[in-house]
Amino acid sequence: MSRRVVITGMGVVAPNAVGLDAYAEALRGGVSGIRHFPLLDELKFGCRVGGIPQGVDEVAEGMFDEEELLAMNSSHRYGCIAAVDAWTDAGFDRPDHADDDAVSWEAGAVIGTGIGGLDTTGEKLVPMVDAGRVRRLGSTIVEQVMGSGVSARVSGLLALGNQVTSNSSACSTGAEAVVEGYHRIQEGRAERMLCGGTEGSSQYAWAGFDSMRVLCRKFNDEPEKASRPLSASAAGFVPGSGAGILHLESLESAVARGARIYAEVLGGALNSGGHRSGGSMTAPNPLGVQRCIRQTVEDAGIDPQEIDVINGHLTATGADPREVSSWATALGRTPDTFPLINSTKSMIGHGLGAAGALESVACILMLRDGFVHASINCEDVHPEIEPFAASIPHETREMPGLRTIIKAGFGFGDVNVCIIFRKWSVQGD
Amino acid sequence: METSEIQSKVVEVIGRYAKDKEALAKATEATNILEDLKVNSARLVDVILDLEDEFDIEVEDEDADAVNTVGDAISLIKSKLG
Repeated sequence: MSRRVVITGMGVVAPNAVGLDAYAEALRGGVSGIRHFPLLDELKFGCRVGGIPQGVDEVAEGMFDEEELLAMNSSHRYGCIAAVDAWTDAGFDRPDHADDDAVSWEAGAVIGTGIGGLDTTGEKLVPMVDAGRVRRLGSTIVEQVMGSGVSARVSGLLALGNQVTSNSSACSTGAEAVVEGYHRIQEGRAERMLCGGTEGSSQYAWAGFDSMRVLCRKFNDEPEKASRPLSASAAGFVPGSGAGILHLESLESAVARGARIYAEVLGGALNSGGHRSGGSMTAPNPLGVQRCIRQTVEDAGIDPQEIDVINGHLTATGADPREVSSWATALGRTPDTFPLINSTKSMIGHGLGAAGALESVACILMLRDGFVHASINCEDVHPEIEPFAASIPHETREMPGLRTIIKAGFGFGDVNVCIIFRKWSVQGD
Repeated sequence: METSEIQSKVVEVIGRYAKDKEALAKATEATNILEDLKVNSARLVDVILDLEDEFDIEVEDEDADAVNTVGDAISLIKSKLG
Protein backbone atom coordinates (compact mmCIF):
# COMPACT_ATOMS: atom_id res chain seq x y z
CA MET A 1 0.00 0.00 0.00
CA SER A 2 1.52 3.33 -1.01
CA ARG A 3 -0.60 6.42 -0.72
CA ARG A 4 0.08 10.03 -1.57
CA VAL A 5 0.75 12.34 1.37
CA VAL A 6 0.09 16.06 1.47
CA ILE A 7 0.60 18.93 3.89
CA THR A 8 -2.60 20.60 5.00
CA GLY A 9 -1.53 22.61 8.03
CA MET A 10 1.54 24.16 9.65
CA GLY A 11 2.61 25.96 12.80
CA VAL A 12 5.86 27.71 13.61
CA VAL A 13 7.63 29.34 16.54
CA ALA A 14 10.91 30.76 15.23
CA PRO A 15 13.51 33.20 16.52
CA ASN A 16 12.53 35.73 13.84
CA ALA A 17 8.73 35.25 14.00
CA VAL A 18 5.89 33.37 15.66
CA GLY A 19 3.08 32.25 13.35
CA LEU A 20 3.00 31.37 9.66
CA ASP A 21 2.33 34.73 8.06
CA ALA A 22 4.82 36.55 10.31
CA TYR A 23 7.42 33.90 9.51
CA ALA A 24 6.78 34.20 5.76
CA GLU A 25 7.16 37.95 6.03
CA ALA A 26 10.38 37.67 8.06
CA LEU A 27 11.88 35.18 5.60
CA ARG A 28 10.89 37.32 2.65
CA GLY A 29 12.40 40.36 4.35
CA GLY A 30 15.66 38.63 5.24
CA VAL A 31 15.04 39.36 8.91
CA SER A 32 17.53 37.86 11.34
CA GLY A 33 16.23 36.51 14.64
CA ILE A 34 19.70 36.29 16.18
CA ARG A 35 20.22 38.36 19.32
CA HIS A 36 22.90 38.96 21.93
CA PHE A 37 22.17 37.51 25.39
CA PRO A 38 23.89 39.12 28.41
CA LEU A 39 23.50 35.89 30.40
CA LEU A 40 26.02 34.31 28.01
CA ASP A 41 28.48 37.13 28.84
CA GLU A 42 28.07 36.42 32.54
CA LEU A 43 28.58 32.71 31.99
CA LYS A 44 31.73 33.35 29.89
CA PHE A 45 30.48 31.62 26.76
CA GLY A 46 32.61 32.04 23.66
CA CYS A 47 29.45 32.48 21.57
CA ARG A 48 27.14 35.03 23.19
CA VAL A 49 24.46 35.20 20.54
CA GLY A 50 21.60 32.88 19.74
CA GLY A 51 18.13 32.47 18.35
CA ILE A 52 15.28 32.54 20.88
CA PRO A 53 11.64 33.07 19.81
CA GLN A 54 10.19 36.28 21.25
CA GLY A 55 6.82 36.87 22.92
CA VAL A 56 6.15 33.17 23.39
CA ASP A 57 4.90 33.24 26.99
CA GLU A 58 2.14 35.64 26.05
CA VAL A 59 1.00 33.35 23.23
CA ALA A 60 1.22 30.31 25.50
CA GLU A 61 -0.83 31.98 28.24
CA GLY A 62 -3.59 32.65 25.73
CA MET A 63 -3.54 29.06 24.51
CA PHE A 64 -3.01 26.85 27.57
CA ASP A 65 -4.47 26.77 31.08
CA GLU A 66 -2.57 27.30 34.33
CA GLU A 67 -2.21 23.60 35.10
CA GLU A 68 -0.76 22.92 31.66
CA LEU A 69 1.62 25.89 31.81
CA LEU A 70 3.03 24.74 35.16
CA ALA A 71 4.42 21.68 33.38
CA MET A 72 5.61 23.29 30.14
CA ASN A 73 9.24 24.34 29.77
CA SER A 74 10.42 26.27 26.71
CA SER A 75 10.61 23.20 24.48
CA HIS A 76 7.04 22.27 25.45
CA ARG A 77 5.74 25.79 24.89
CA TYR A 78 7.28 26.09 21.43
CA GLY A 79 6.23 22.60 20.35
CA CYS A 80 2.69 22.84 21.69
CA ILE A 81 2.01 26.27 20.19
CA ALA A 82 3.26 25.07 16.80
CA ALA A 83 1.24 21.84 17.05
CA VAL A 84 -2.01 23.55 18.03
CA ASP A 85 -1.49 26.13 15.27
CA ALA A 86 -0.84 23.38 12.70
CA TRP A 87 -3.98 21.55 13.83
CA THR A 88 -6.21 24.61 13.55
CA ASP A 89 -4.48 25.71 10.32
CA ALA A 90 -5.51 22.32 8.91
CA GLY A 91 -9.12 23.18 9.72
CA PHE A 92 -9.71 21.31 12.96
CA ASP A 93 -11.05 22.67 16.24
CA ARG A 94 -9.30 22.01 19.51
CA PRO A 95 -11.26 19.26 21.30
CA ASP A 96 -12.72 19.80 24.76
CA HIS A 97 -10.60 18.12 27.45
CA ALA A 98 -13.71 16.66 29.04
CA ASP A 99 -15.12 15.16 25.80
CA ASP A 100 -14.35 11.44 25.94
CA ASP A 101 -15.56 10.99 22.37
CA ALA A 102 -13.07 13.51 20.98
CA VAL A 103 -10.21 11.06 20.36
CA SER A 104 -9.02 11.08 16.74
CA TRP A 105 -7.93 7.47 16.35
CA GLU A 106 -6.64 8.14 12.84
CA ALA A 107 -4.43 11.09 13.87
CA GLY A 108 -1.04 10.84 15.58
CA ALA A 109 2.21 12.71 16.12
CA VAL A 110 5.94 12.34 15.65
CA ILE A 111 7.43 15.38 17.39
CA GLY A 112 11.10 15.12 18.17
CA THR A 113 13.72 17.00 20.07
CA GLY A 114 17.49 16.95 19.84
CA ILE A 115 18.42 17.85 23.38
CA GLY A 116 15.17 17.92 25.37
CA GLY A 117 14.15 19.75 28.51
CA LEU A 118 17.59 20.79 29.72
CA ASP A 119 16.24 24.05 31.14
CA THR A 120 14.14 21.99 33.56
CA THR A 121 17.07 19.67 34.27
CA GLY A 122 19.51 22.53 34.86
CA GLU A 123 17.27 24.97 36.70
CA LYS A 124 15.16 22.62 38.84
CA LEU A 125 16.00 18.94 38.78
CA VAL A 126 19.75 18.96 39.44
CA PRO A 127 19.87 21.83 41.99
CA MET A 128 16.92 20.47 43.99
CA VAL A 129 18.13 16.87 44.01
CA ASP A 130 21.64 17.97 45.01
CA ALA A 131 20.14 20.03 47.84
CA GLY A 132 18.28 16.98 49.17
CA ARG A 133 14.91 18.40 48.16
CA VAL A 134 13.63 15.51 46.05
CA ARG A 135 10.34 15.53 47.92
CA ARG A 136 9.73 19.10 46.73
CA LEU A 137 10.11 18.35 42.99
CA GLY A 138 6.43 17.60 42.52
CA SER A 139 4.72 15.89 39.63
CA THR A 140 5.73 18.16 36.76
CA ILE A 141 9.40 17.22 36.37
CA VAL A 142 9.16 13.83 34.67
CA GLU A 143 6.88 14.99 31.87
CA GLN A 144 9.23 17.90 31.15
CA VAL A 145 12.44 15.89 31.01
CA MET A 146 11.22 12.64 29.46
CA GLY A 147 12.20 12.26 25.82
CA SER A 148 8.61 12.00 24.66
CA GLY A 149 7.34 14.88 26.79
CA VAL A 150 6.24 17.19 24.00
CA SER A 151 4.46 14.62 21.85
CA ALA A 152 2.76 13.32 24.99
CA ARG A 153 1.51 16.80 25.87
CA VAL A 154 0.32 17.46 22.32
CA SER A 155 -1.57 14.17 22.36
CA GLY A 156 -3.56 15.33 25.38
CA LEU A 157 -4.20 18.80 24.00
CA LEU A 158 -5.56 17.46 20.71
CA ALA A 159 -6.89 14.04 21.76
CA LEU A 160 -4.67 12.11 19.34
CA GLY A 161 -5.36 8.39 19.17
CA ASN A 162 -2.86 7.07 16.62
CA GLN A 163 0.88 6.60 17.19
CA VAL A 164 2.30 9.36 19.39
CA THR A 165 6.08 9.39 19.75
CA SER A 166 9.19 11.53 19.80
CA ASN A 167 12.15 10.82 17.58
CA SER A 168 15.67 12.03 18.22
CA SER A 169 18.49 12.15 15.69
CA ALA A 170 20.34 15.34 16.64
CA CYS A 171 20.15 18.00 13.94
CA SER A 172 18.16 15.85 11.52
CA THR A 173 15.36 15.25 14.07
CA GLY A 174 12.75 17.70 12.77
CA ALA A 175 12.98 16.62 9.15
CA GLU A 176 13.23 12.97 10.16
CA ALA A 177 9.89 13.32 11.94
CA VAL A 178 8.31 14.50 8.69
CA VAL A 179 9.65 11.47 6.83
CA GLU A 180 8.44 9.15 9.58
CA GLY A 181 4.93 10.58 9.37
CA TYR A 182 5.03 10.45 5.58
CA HIS A 183 5.87 6.75 5.71
CA ARG A 184 3.17 5.99 8.28
CA ILE A 185 0.44 7.65 6.23
CA GLN A 186 1.81 6.16 3.00
CA GLU A 187 1.51 2.70 4.56
CA GLY A 188 -2.09 3.32 5.55
CA ARG A 189 -1.41 3.19 9.30
CA ALA A 190 -2.67 6.73 9.92
CA GLU A 191 -4.65 9.37 8.04
CA ARG A 192 -3.12 12.41 9.68
CA MET A 193 0.14 13.00 11.54
CA LEU A 194 1.52 16.10 13.25
CA CYS A 195 5.23 15.97 12.48
CA GLY A 196 8.20 18.12 13.31
CA GLY A 197 10.59 19.10 16.04
CA THR A 198 11.00 21.42 18.97
CA GLU A 199 14.05 22.64 20.85
CA GLY A 200 14.05 24.68 24.03
CA SER A 201 16.22 27.68 24.75
CA SER A 202 18.80 26.85 27.38
CA GLN A 203 22.36 27.76 28.12
CA TYR A 204 22.75 24.18 29.32
CA ALA A 205 21.87 22.88 25.84
CA TRP A 206 24.26 25.29 24.15
CA ALA A 207 27.22 24.96 26.53
CA GLY A 208 28.57 21.66 25.20
CA PHE A 209 28.61 23.00 21.64
CA ASP A 210 30.37 26.13 22.85
CA SER A 211 33.08 24.09 24.51
CA MET A 212 33.52 22.05 21.31
CA ARG A 213 34.27 25.38 19.60
CA VAL A 214 31.70 24.73 16.88
CA LEU A 215 29.72 27.91 17.70
CA CYS A 216 30.41 31.31 16.17
CA ARG A 217 32.50 33.50 18.52
CA LYS A 218 33.43 36.30 16.18
CA PHE A 219 30.21 38.27 15.88
CA ASN A 220 29.07 38.74 19.49
CA ASP A 221 28.74 42.48 18.86
CA GLU A 222 26.87 42.04 15.58
CA PRO A 223 24.38 39.26 16.29
CA GLU A 224 22.45 39.65 13.04
CA LYS A 225 25.63 38.93 11.11
CA ALA A 226 26.70 35.95 13.21
CA SER A 227 25.02 33.16 11.24
CA ARG A 228 26.99 33.04 7.97
CA PRO A 229 26.37 29.81 6.05
CA LEU A 230 28.10 29.52 2.65
CA SER A 231 30.46 32.42 3.42
CA ALA A 232 34.25 32.59 3.56
CA SER A 233 33.88 34.23 6.99
CA ALA A 234 31.65 31.48 8.40
CA ALA A 235 32.91 30.90 11.90
CA GLY A 236 30.68 28.23 13.36
CA PHE A 237 26.95 27.88 13.84
CA VAL A 238 24.70 30.06 15.96
CA PRO A 239 22.57 28.10 18.43
CA GLY A 240 18.85 28.46 17.93
CA SER A 241 15.56 27.18 19.29
CA GLY A 242 11.87 27.05 18.46
CA ALA A 243 9.51 24.59 16.81
CA GLY A 244 8.00 23.75 13.48
CA ILE A 245 5.11 21.34 13.02
CA LEU A 246 3.58 20.09 9.76
CA HIS A 247 0.14 18.51 9.56
CA LEU A 248 0.61 15.61 7.12
CA GLU A 249 -2.47 13.96 5.69
CA SER A 250 -3.35 11.25 3.20
CA LEU A 251 -4.46 12.74 -0.09
CA GLU A 252 -7.73 10.79 0.18
CA SER A 253 -8.52 12.28 3.57
CA ALA A 254 -7.60 15.81 2.47
CA VAL A 255 -9.70 15.61 -0.68
CA ALA A 256 -12.63 13.99 1.11
CA ARG A 257 -12.91 16.85 3.59
CA GLY A 258 -12.08 19.55 1.05
CA ALA A 259 -8.94 20.62 2.87
CA ARG A 260 -6.62 23.34 1.62
CA ILE A 261 -3.46 21.57 0.42
CA TYR A 262 -0.15 23.42 0.52
CA ALA A 263 2.16 20.82 -0.96
CA GLU A 264 2.82 17.15 -1.47
CA VAL A 265 5.59 15.23 0.26
CA LEU A 266 6.87 13.76 -2.97
CA GLY A 267 9.69 11.70 -1.53
CA GLY A 268 11.85 11.16 1.50
CA ALA A 269 14.75 9.09 2.74
CA LEU A 270 16.68 8.44 5.94
CA ASN A 271 20.09 6.85 6.38
CA SER A 272 23.38 6.94 8.21
CA GLY A 273 26.96 7.10 7.02
CA GLY A 274 28.23 4.60 9.57
CA HIS A 275 31.08 6.89 10.69
CA ARG A 276 33.19 5.82 7.70
CA SER A 277 34.79 7.59 4.71
CA GLY A 278 35.31 10.76 6.71
CA GLY A 279 32.08 10.39 8.65
CA SER A 280 32.23 10.48 12.46
CA MET A 281 30.13 11.38 15.47
CA THR A 282 30.30 15.00 14.30
CA ALA A 283 30.85 14.83 10.52
CA PRO A 284 28.84 13.23 7.75
CA ASN A 285 30.16 10.51 5.48
CA PRO A 286 29.68 12.20 2.08
CA LEU A 287 28.77 8.86 0.51
CA GLY A 288 25.90 8.56 3.00
CA VAL A 289 24.75 12.10 2.25
CA GLN A 290 24.79 11.52 -1.51
CA ARG A 291 23.02 8.19 -1.19
CA CYS A 292 20.29 9.77 0.95
CA ILE A 293 19.74 12.53 -1.61
CA ARG A 294 19.63 10.04 -4.51
CA GLN A 295 17.19 7.78 -2.68
CA THR A 296 14.91 10.74 -2.06
CA VAL A 297 14.90 11.68 -5.75
CA GLU A 298 14.20 8.05 -6.64
CA ASP A 299 11.42 7.83 -4.07
CA ALA A 300 9.88 10.99 -5.54
CA GLY A 301 10.10 9.47 -9.01
CA ILE A 302 11.33 12.69 -10.60
CA ASP A 303 14.27 13.77 -12.72
CA PRO A 304 16.80 15.70 -10.59
CA GLN A 305 16.54 18.48 -13.18
CA GLU A 306 13.02 19.19 -11.90
CA ILE A 307 14.41 20.50 -8.61
CA ASP A 308 14.11 24.29 -8.45
CA VAL A 309 15.60 24.99 -5.04
CA ILE A 310 17.86 23.29 -2.51
CA ASN A 311 17.18 24.29 1.09
CA GLY A 312 20.39 22.99 2.57
CA HIS A 313 21.45 21.90 6.02
CA LEU A 314 24.22 24.54 5.71
CA THR A 315 25.10 25.51 9.27
CA ALA A 316 28.07 27.88 8.72
CA THR A 317 30.82 25.45 9.62
CA GLY A 318 33.58 23.92 7.53
CA ALA A 319 31.05 21.34 6.37
CA ASP A 320 29.23 23.77 4.05
CA PRO A 321 31.59 23.36 1.05
CA ARG A 322 31.43 19.57 1.35
CA GLU A 323 27.64 19.74 1.50
CA VAL A 324 27.43 21.82 -1.68
CA SER A 325 29.78 19.40 -3.41
CA SER A 326 27.60 16.45 -2.33
CA TRP A 327 24.47 18.13 -3.69
CA ALA A 328 26.17 18.64 -7.06
CA THR A 329 27.40 15.05 -7.20
CA ALA A 330 24.13 13.45 -6.05
CA LEU A 331 21.89 15.53 -8.29
CA GLY A 332 24.26 15.39 -11.27
CA ARG A 333 24.24 19.18 -11.52
CA THR A 334 27.20 21.33 -12.53
CA PRO A 335 27.71 24.96 -11.48
CA ASP A 336 26.02 25.94 -14.77
CA THR A 337 22.90 23.92 -14.09
CA PHE A 338 22.87 24.11 -10.28
CA PRO A 339 19.49 25.07 -8.77
CA LEU A 340 19.12 27.94 -6.32
CA ILE A 341 20.44 27.08 -2.86
CA ASN A 342 19.73 28.80 0.45
CA SER A 343 20.13 28.35 4.18
CA THR A 344 17.27 29.29 6.47
CA LYS A 345 19.78 29.09 9.33
CA SER A 346 21.30 32.33 8.06
CA MET A 347 18.30 34.07 9.65
CA ILE A 348 17.25 31.83 12.54
CA GLY A 349 20.46 30.06 13.53
CA HIS A 350 20.63 26.34 14.05
CA GLY A 351 17.49 25.11 15.78
CA LEU A 352 19.11 21.70 16.48
CA GLY A 353 16.28 19.18 16.82
CA ALA A 354 13.79 21.75 15.53
CA ALA A 355 15.96 22.88 12.61
CA GLY A 356 14.65 20.50 9.96
CA ALA A 357 11.07 21.30 10.89
CA LEU A 358 11.54 25.09 11.07
CA GLU A 359 13.21 24.90 7.66
CA SER A 360 10.57 22.58 6.18
CA VAL A 361 7.93 25.12 7.16
CA ALA A 362 10.07 27.76 5.40
CA CYS A 363 10.15 25.56 2.26
CA ILE A 364 6.37 25.16 2.19
CA LEU A 365 5.86 28.89 2.70
CA MET A 366 8.21 29.60 -0.22
CA LEU A 367 6.15 27.19 -2.35
CA ARG A 368 2.91 28.73 -1.10
CA ASP A 369 3.93 32.30 -1.80
CA GLY A 370 6.25 31.79 -4.80
CA PHE A 371 9.53 33.17 -3.54
CA VAL A 372 13.01 32.01 -2.60
CA HIS A 373 14.30 33.64 0.55
CA ALA A 374 17.76 35.16 0.67
CA SER A 375 20.65 33.34 2.22
CA ILE A 376 21.94 36.28 4.22
CA ASN A 377 25.47 37.04 5.44
CA CYS A 378 27.35 35.36 2.59
CA GLU A 379 28.34 38.31 0.43
CA ASP A 380 31.81 36.78 0.65
CA VAL A 381 31.02 33.35 -0.75
CA HIS A 382 33.39 30.64 0.45
CA PRO A 383 36.14 30.06 -2.12
CA GLU A 384 35.27 26.38 -2.52
CA ILE A 385 31.63 27.33 -3.14
CA GLU A 386 32.52 30.19 -5.48
CA PRO A 387 31.78 28.19 -8.68
CA PHE A 388 28.15 27.91 -7.43
CA ALA A 389 27.90 31.55 -6.36
CA ALA A 390 25.31 32.43 -9.00
CA SER A 391 22.91 29.96 -7.37
CA ILE A 392 22.93 31.74 -4.00
CA PRO A 393 20.24 34.40 -3.61
CA HIS A 394 21.52 37.36 -1.60
CA GLU A 395 18.14 39.05 -1.92
CA THR A 396 14.70 37.47 -1.97
CA ARG A 397 13.81 36.22 -5.44
CA GLU A 398 10.21 36.27 -6.55
CA MET A 399 9.55 32.95 -8.28
CA PRO A 400 5.85 32.43 -9.01
CA GLY A 401 6.60 29.23 -10.95
CA LEU A 402 8.47 27.67 -8.01
CA ARG A 403 7.35 24.07 -7.81
CA THR A 404 9.87 21.69 -6.29
CA ILE A 405 12.17 22.09 -3.27
CA ILE A 406 14.56 19.53 -1.88
CA LYS A 407 15.43 19.82 1.82
CA ALA A 408 18.08 17.96 3.78
CA GLY A 409 19.32 17.65 7.33
CA PHE A 410 22.50 16.07 8.62
CA GLY A 411 22.98 15.33 12.30
CA PHE A 412 25.64 14.40 14.82
CA GLY A 413 25.96 10.65 14.75
CA ASP A 414 26.38 10.78 10.94
CA VAL A 415 22.63 10.58 10.32
CA ASN A 416 20.93 12.02 7.24
CA VAL A 417 17.46 12.96 6.10
CA CYS A 418 16.21 14.34 2.81
CA ILE A 419 12.72 15.33 1.61
CA ILE A 420 11.24 16.64 -1.62
CA PHE A 421 8.23 18.97 -1.38
CA ARG A 422 6.15 19.88 -4.43
CA LYS A 423 3.63 22.68 -4.58
CA TRP A 424 0.10 21.38 -4.85
CA SER A 425 -1.78 22.19 -8.00
CA VAL A 426 -5.43 21.45 -8.63
CA GLN A 427 -4.52 18.67 -11.06
CA GLY A 428 -2.19 17.33 -8.40
CA ASP A 429 0.32 16.02 -10.90
CA MET B 1 -6.97 31.73 60.96
CA GLU B 2 -10.69 31.67 60.20
CA THR B 3 -12.04 28.58 58.42
CA SER B 4 -13.41 30.74 55.64
CA GLU B 5 -9.99 32.26 55.04
CA ILE B 6 -8.36 28.82 54.99
CA GLN B 7 -11.04 27.58 52.58
CA SER B 8 -10.57 30.43 50.16
CA LYS B 9 -6.80 29.88 50.11
CA VAL B 10 -7.25 26.12 49.66
CA VAL B 11 -9.63 26.68 46.76
CA GLU B 12 -7.20 29.14 45.20
CA VAL B 13 -4.34 26.63 45.38
CA ILE B 14 -6.44 23.78 44.00
CA GLY B 15 -7.73 26.13 41.31
CA ARG B 16 -4.31 26.11 39.62
CA TYR B 17 -4.80 22.44 38.84
CA ALA B 18 -8.60 22.16 38.50
CA LYS B 19 -9.88 21.48 34.99
CA ASP B 20 -13.52 22.11 35.93
CA LYS B 21 -13.61 25.83 36.72
CA GLU B 22 -17.40 25.89 37.13
CA ALA B 23 -17.25 23.26 39.85
CA LEU B 24 -14.39 25.19 41.42
CA ALA B 25 -16.51 28.32 41.70
CA LYS B 26 -19.13 26.34 43.62
CA ALA B 27 -16.70 24.34 45.78
CA THR B 28 -17.72 23.46 49.34
CA GLU B 29 -16.05 21.37 52.04
CA ALA B 30 -17.69 18.29 50.53
CA THR B 31 -16.21 18.85 47.08
CA ASN B 32 -13.97 15.98 45.98
CA ILE B 33 -10.71 17.33 44.58
CA LEU B 34 -10.09 14.68 41.94
CA GLU B 35 -13.61 13.72 40.91
CA ASP B 36 -15.53 16.98 41.20
CA LEU B 37 -12.82 19.46 40.25
CA LYS B 38 -11.17 17.16 37.67
CA VAL B 39 -7.69 17.56 39.08
CA ASN B 40 -5.28 15.07 37.49
CA SER B 41 -4.40 12.59 40.25
CA ALA B 42 -0.66 13.07 39.68
CA ARG B 43 -1.08 16.76 40.53
CA LEU B 44 -2.32 16.02 44.06
CA VAL B 45 1.37 15.99 45.02
CA ASP B 46 1.69 19.56 43.75
CA VAL B 47 -1.45 20.66 45.59
CA ILE B 48 0.06 19.43 48.86
CA LEU B 49 3.41 21.12 48.15
CA ASP B 50 1.63 24.38 47.35
CA LEU B 51 -0.43 24.14 50.55
CA GLU B 52 2.78 23.63 52.51
CA ASP B 53 4.14 26.85 51.03
CA GLU B 54 0.89 28.77 51.44
CA PHE B 55 0.43 27.91 55.12
CA ASP B 56 4.09 27.33 56.06
CA ILE B 57 3.43 23.79 57.22
CA GLU B 58 4.84 20.33 56.56
CA VAL B 59 2.56 17.52 55.52
CA GLU B 60 3.61 13.88 55.99
CA ASP B 61 2.84 11.41 53.21
CA GLU B 62 0.23 9.56 55.28
CA ASP B 63 -1.65 12.79 55.99
CA ALA B 64 -1.44 13.80 52.33
CA ASP B 65 -2.91 10.44 51.27
CA ALA B 66 -5.97 11.12 53.43
CA VAL B 67 -6.87 14.34 51.60
CA ASN B 68 -9.78 13.68 49.24
CA THR B 69 -12.05 16.67 49.69
CA VAL B 70 -11.66 20.39 50.21
CA GLY B 71 -12.86 19.78 53.78
CA ASP B 72 -10.10 17.19 54.35
CA ALA B 73 -7.51 19.76 53.31
CA ILE B 74 -9.03 22.39 55.63
CA SER B 75 -9.06 20.00 58.60
CA LEU B 76 -5.45 18.99 57.95
CA ILE B 77 -4.30 22.60 57.78
CA LYS B 78 -6.20 23.50 60.94
CA SER B 79 -4.57 20.63 62.82
CA LYS B 80 -1.13 21.74 61.61
CA LEU B 81 -1.72 25.37 62.52
CA GLY B 82 -2.92 24.21 65.94
